[in-house]
Amino acid sequence: MEMLSGGEMIARALEDEGVEFIFGYPGGAVLHIYDALFKASKIPHVLVRHEQAATHAADGYTRATGKPGVVLVTSGPGATNAVTGIATAYMDSIPMVVLSGQVASHLIGEDAFQECDMVGISRPIVKHSFMVRKPEDIPGMIKKAFHIATTGRPGPVVIDIPKDATRPDAKFEYVYPEAVKIRSYSPAQRGHTGQIKKAARLLLSAKRPVIYSGGGVVQGEASGLLTQFARDLNYPVTNTLMGLGAYPGTDRQFLGMLGMHGLYEANMAMHHADVILAVGARFDDRVTNTVSKFCPSAKIIHIDIDPTSISKTVQADIPIVGPVQSVLADLAEQVEQMRNKDAELPDQDALDRWWQQIDEWRGKHGLWTGRRYGESDMIMPQQVIESLSRATGGNAYVTSDVGQHQMFAAQYYRFNQPRRWINSGGLGTMGFGLPAAMGAKLAFPDADVACVTGEGSIQMNIQELSTCTQYNLPVKIINLRNNYLGMVKQWQDMQYEGRYAMSTYEDSLPDFVKLMEAYGHVGMQVRRLDELDAKMDEAFAMKDKLVFLDIFIDPMEHVYPMHVAPNGSMKDMWLSKNERT
Amino acid sequence: MRRIISILLENEPGALSRVVGLFSQRGYNIETLNVAPTEDATLSRLTLTTIGDDRTIEQITKQLNKLVDVVKLVDLTEGTHIERDLMLIKVRASGGAARDEVKRTTDIFRGQIVDVGPNVYTIQLVGTGEKLDAFVAAMAEAEILEVVRSGVAGIARGEKVLRL
Repeated sequence: MEMLSGGEMIARALEDEGVEFIFGYPGGAVLHIYDALFKASKIPHVLVRHEQAATHAADGYTRATGKPGVVLVTSGPGATNAVTGIATAYMDSIPMVVLSGQVASHLIGEDAFQECDMVGISRPIVKHSFMVRKPEDIPGMIKKAFHIATTGRPGPVVIDIPKDATRPDAKFEYVYPEAVKIRSYSPAQRGHTGQIKKAARLLLSAKRPVIYSGGGVVQGEASGLLTQFARDLNYPVTNTLMGLGAYPGTDRQFLGMLGMHGLYEANMAMHHADVILAVGARFDDRVTNTVSKFCPSAKIIHIDIDPTSISKTVQADIPIVGPVQSVLADLAEQVEQMRNKDAELPDQDALDRWWQQIDEWRGKHGLWTGRRYGESDMIMPQQVIESLSRATGGNAYVTSDVGQHQMFAAQYYRFNQPRRWINSGGLGTMGFGLPAAMGAKLAFPDADVACVTGEGSIQMNIQELSTCTQYNLPVKIINLRNNYLGMVKQWQDMQYEGRYAMSTYEDSLPDFVKLMEAYGHVGMQVRRLDELDAKMDEAFAMKDKLVFLDIFIDPMEHVYPMHVAPNGSMKDMWLSKNERT
Repeated sequence: MRRIISILLENEPGALSRVVGLFSQRGYNIETLNVAPTEDATLSRLTLTTIGDDRTIEQITKQLNKLVDVVKLVDLTEGTHIERDLMLIKVRASGGAARDEVKRTTDIFRGQIVDVGPNVYTIQLVGTGEKLDAFVAAMAEAEILEVVRSGVAGIARGEKVLRL
């Protein structure tokens, strides 16, 4: 039997769990662990410049790969700095294991140096948390943490580790458990057969169906199944912000994203649908607009692994609790059986009329291209995303921050594969994009990784440019520069009569080109539309360099469509500054 | 509607705070809360009463079930059940007439005087919340010095049990 210290057990257990990277930052309470990692671990450690970036980088790695990210931070400020990243992962159901140092157990509660109650602080934003009380519990606890983080509805798990539990001089028998059983935790493995039959029947009776799929389809590795299922039925599909890529973005059946900044045809189709199949989506307020006016004539089938997501905001007519993958497979089988018995299903004439209607909506508005507001040679933000999409063939890993640029990227980059679109949808965390891009680039060093951002967001974790230098992470940063906090400005334009309360930087922005040079990266300004494509190509041609494209865009542009709120329904949208439905 | 939710909870540090935190985090009410170990040292039994419409209660039970430390849960108000709340109430009892009156009311409610001082009585009363409320109202004439209640503990009638 092997005898290891607490610190060594952590290092070894992470290896036994198959962890590929640790994102972290050392400090007093975790030095025993770091020493054990230094001496024995084969897992590369990425030293970030701020703990928030460690969680976002782990998160970006996870969203790109599907494998749980691992974060190691010290007690007190190390732990609290990680909180925003943990909350980000929690809101988007991203599996993550966060190991936080804690002061020695005899000091807990004494307001010791760098002490904080991490289990308490993180409680509302974790799927579960542990505190190590006996070092011999460490291997089992780590196994449980990974099990809980990755199964059911995934989420972050915190393990708080008092320093004395990792002492190098106290050795314990080490065995990493093969499997784990937690009596109070057993997420559903299959959907209810009766419910699935009912759902199949309803779905085949539809005259105006829409498939509304969310992040759960990406997380649940069900994109292939969903795509096949939708194609077999010739039903239209819309994706949530979190679900982009689950259905091919360039496919005819794809209506685009739905919701507050969803496409006209997607929102119109939802509002007029008679049957909605919601898969791995949670009827978020950014999707539904006013709940009482949501899709008035639709019967709703809702598939989700998390029972609390069902009928939380919108009542489901046929709820199905289970993993989207197995439920979709069972549903497809039921649908096939029913169609074999009755070849008339679904009603093709009705479906044809429905597609005609959708195509009409599509023809009327669709995605805007061209110049909207008078003559100007300024670059429009949409054109930047189209240029990015072209330069990367629609195959890049695209991370984003939060704001107008995020919505433009979601609308205009055509994601044809899952896990390529990486953004903070639920919490809306500015500063997410760059560290998330680092995580994706570490996982796929040969792939194009672009961070679409704005001058507001990028400055929230800009210190990570240094991490990119240290680990040679040549991501491309696409900065949509309008000299405003763009989304804030848009709301101020629309709801506050253009009073730009504290949403401009005046002349305080740094010279990003010089800043990049300072870190050893490349910075380029793009000011004219006719140089956009060339500069974009030039940036992606520099395979080994982090390139920051500082692209000056029309500052007056807004994101449209935009739901009319408050009291609007899905179909109530602003389509431009002066047109609404 | 008022509901009584009874939970078998892992007897782990922090488990109770997860349950209580859930209520404040999601804006649900806790009217009463009662928690103690069971015959199985690894489990605590927690009973809480809450008020909400059917949809809120459904969310509360689903959210509670989702907590990893919650092993099992039952909404006792869905079936017939027994509920008991224990009250200790200290009242001013000076002079023969006042002491007689307090004693008489206590007897009527089948309470017990569990501590006697020259000027105070401490009365123990067990029953439903309503009965305890009625007793407090009946004591309106006396001077109430202190009231402490355990919160509701509940159990289903008949063969139905909440156990592993």
